Amino acid sequence: MTKVMEKPILSRKDFISDQDVRWCPGCGDYSILSQTQKTFPSLGIPKENIVFISGIGCSSRFPYYMNTYGFHSIHGRAPTIASGVKLANPELSVWVVTGDGDALSIGGNHFIHVLRRNIDINIILFNNQIYGLTKGQYSPTSELGKVTKSTPFGSLDRPFNPPAVALGAQATFVARTVDKYTKHIQNMLHRQYDHKGTTFLEVYQNCNIFNDGAFKHLSDREVREDNVLILEHGKPMIFGKEKNKGLRLDGLTLQVVSLEQDYSPDDLVVHDENDRNLAGILANLTYAHELPTPVGVLYQEEEPTYDDLLVQQIEQAKEKLGEGNLMKLISGADTWEVT
Amino acid sequence: MLTKDVKSLESVVIRFAGDSGDGMQLMGDRFTSTAALVGNDLVTFPDFPAEIRAPAGSLAGVSAFQIQFSSKDIFTPGDQVDVLVVMNPAALKVHLADLRPGGMIIANDSSFTTKNLRMAGWESNPLEDDTVAQFRLYNIEISRLIAKAVEDIGLPAKTVARTKNMFALGLLYWMYGRPIEPTAKWLKEKFKSRPELVEANTRALKAGYNFGDITEIFATSYQVDPAPLEPGTYRNITGNYALGLGLLTASQKGDIPLFMAGYPITPASDILHQLSYYKNFDVKSFQAEDEIAGIGAAVGAAFAGNLAVTASSGPGIALKGEAIGLAVITELPLIILSIQRAGPSTGMPTKVEQADLFQAMYGRNSESPLPVLAPATPGECFYIAYEACRIALKYMTPVFVLSDSFLASGAEPWQIPNLEELTPIDFEYEKSGNGPFQPYARDQKTLARAWAIPGTPELEHRIGGLEKENITGNVSYDADNHDLMVRLREQKVAGMVREISPTEIYGDTTGDVLVLGWGSTFGAIRTAVESLRSEKLAVSHAHIRWMNPLPPDLGEILLKYQKILIPEMNLGQLSKLVRAEYLVDAEGLNIVRGRPFRESHITEKIREFL
Repeated sequence: MTKVMEKPILSRKDFISDQDVRWCPGCGDYSILSQTQKTFPSLGIPKENIVFISGIGCSSRFPYYMNTYGFHSIHGRAPTIASGVKLANPELSVWVVTGDGDALSIGGNHFIHVLRRNIDINIILFNNQIYGLTKGQYSPTSELGKVTKSTPFGSLDRPFNPPAVALGAQATFVARTVDKYTKHIQNMLHRQYDHKGTTFLEVYQNCNIFNDGAFKHLSDREVREDNVLILEHGKPMIFGKEKNKGLRLDGLTLQVVSLEQDYSPDDLVVHDENDRNLAGILANLTYAHELPTPVGVLYQEEEPTYDDLLVQQIEQAKEKLGEGNLMKLISGADTWEVT
Repeated sequence: MLTKDVKSLESVVIRFAGDSGDGMQLMGDRFTSTAALVGNDLVTFPDFPAEIRAPAGSLAGVSAFQIQFSSKDIFTPGDQVDVLVVMNPAALKVHLADLRPGGMIIANDSSFTTKNLRMAGWESNPLEDDTVAQFRLYNIEISRLIAKAVEDIGLPAKTVARTKNMFALGLLYWMYGRPIEPTAKWLKEKFKSRPELVEANTRALKAGYNFGDITEIFATSYQVDPAPLEPGTYRNITGNYALGLGLLTASQKGDIPLFMAGYPITPASDILHQLSYYKNFDVKSFQAEDEIAGIGAAVGAAFAGNLAVTASSGPGIALKGEAIGLAVITELPLIILSIQRAGPSTGMPTKVEQADLFQAMYGRNSESPLPVLAPATPGECFYIAYEACRIALKYMTPVFVLSDSFLASGAEPWQIPNLEELTPIDFEYEKSGNGPFQPYARDQKTLARAWAIPGTPELEHRIGGLEKENITGNVSYDADNHDLMVRLREQKVAGMVREISPTEIYGDTTGDVLVLGWGSTFGAIRTAVESLRSEKLAVSHAHIRWMNPLPPDLGEILLKYQKILIPEMNLGQLSKLVRAEYLVDAEGLNIVRGRPFRESHITEKIREFL
């Protein structure tokens, strides 16, 4: 018999670190962690090539719980550290775990610029529309008028719309899911891994302590199917418990129509992930309460990545200039001898 | 043709001054290059405004370049100017005060128009009244002469006007017996694709040279012999460029990829520019969206196993403070270049100061120790950058390099180093197969933790900004552990005294006064002490490169002198450190004028002491 030396096939267990998970019981983060640990074995990459990087906030404890390389950094800066890791070693699969405060408030600048550059890293934003770790202040995704410890009379600033921000920043992959949608999370993680370039996944995540029920309409089994639109590329936009509602374009405005009366699936918008304009329209449903909330891949398009371009530029420089000659460089063009 | 006298001089200080658009820096660079080729020792001081193009003819728009060149070993660009070249009335207004009595003014007469005089605030033409009576004035219609020299090329008047720096340069080449060929050759290369510009500039250069040679205005030319430098091959180098070369050398010698991430800021941007060219050396450079992203990317690259660098100046370093603390607690190798400038806040971006020593030492929350190195001369920047990399990798620590804008853009002849003689870069990545990995287990001697980089099987681990448990690196809030970790981080840096060579003393090892300095004040201090020692005064000079930890022999050295004088371009930061550390009554000489120290500042102060 011959011994076949193969990479051990990884299981969920391989991705669970020896650290105790310290989120509040009932937190939506548990589900996301669990789906991630379930999904990663099937990505087919050795776990030493995976790096999880986070900033500060509840979600940012995530790397401690993944038995991969990890870096729990400082508030808002995870995209910068992830960029450095990826550029230093483009072979690595680099993941950023962040929150609404971390990515969109203190780290807003890094968030838009990493998307603009299209560095091949994956961002998972846990959006609970509240500051959890600092115990309950409103966040840049909290709704206007939100009453919290720092806004006892209601917040005065309008919330960010994360997918719209990402699209505005030239993101090449924008998706959304919900903490309770276990299979859907797995699917989205796969899609992120498959996309070359910066991916942005917004996960609606329930903070059961400071903002409980923020996404009840999307997670409660009784009502969710009437409130959520599951996007599938090439499929008409149908939703509802009875699959009896659809979205139709009236000019550039989406409207809900009933499939039981005047309309058939042929009248509906067919989802096209590569259509940036459609993605913009879908992103704008974020706060449109009379319309369903889209989840799934809103937009994806392959564009050159910064890391690939950098590697290419280095190769081109070597072709053009030859391998660098240190002594020649140090000596420079104008030297003189002192004897 | 009349024969002219040739007079021999030991040293000459020339300052070129004109509008930002007059090409003064370029003219200075060329004169410097030629002085080096002739074999002089030299020190330069470019002094330019932060505004790119302030209104032409205004005082704010004056840009200057000073060079001292000499037949002996010199250390400063010179206190007083021997020859002032002024391209307009504003330049004369700003710089006349620095010209020594009897010094020479070469003025472009054509620019002393009513409008320009008014813009510079002269009530009457200073070239025509007694303003310049105590100087030797050479008032030359440069603009008219160059127009004549190039009239048949058919260039626009504006382009012709731009060659006036070459005319002045040619004149100075004649005056100091310098060849014009190297500059002519350089022009050919510089304007390769614009032959008409090569022609115009070369003609202006020659016209200036011939003007000195042929006209009767100048009776004397001067000769400054080569300086007795140590035998070897030399080039000119500025501090910023030397820093870049030092980093690259460390990367090549240590066989570790160099990663540079930064954000444009005066006077540190040059380093980002320079390293961006080194792609064929596998250098990765990254212009980040802000200062914080610059250091963030560098920290990430360090985690991933690169030799990571970020460069900035005071305001940018302030923004990087939190991330520097992250590098301290995660104990990652990282080079932070801080090119100091006058502050606080935006301050005077193109002017020099060394008031960011405390920022480097203490500008972070909590106990956050890291080694701080400071080069003394432009050429030394190479060795300090290399040393910073060596220390960062050996000890797994961020390292601060404190340069300043005077070192950054000042040039001096620099002996090309023998790379074989540099201390090797000694580090290794942790390898798989040694059992469970403990990210915070330490080397017994250096206290460095192991560097396990992503991609290495079996060493998966997590680090971060939360306090680490000793050895395991797990998050810990344990009181004893925190106390231990705070002390371990401090001890690691304190232990680097073993890397510091004995402090060199210029002069006697005991005496009346020891002048203790750091950074770019080196030249002024050394020149002052040299001059006082020639009067048999018991004055010595020690200059430190390690600001943290301080050299282990420094305490004893300080006890051997009656008085300690610490000149600094700040209000006494090293003085405070030294007084706190050694309980000696060190006195500061503190000048914060945005300009380098003068030798006379220091000699006067020492004379007060004696």
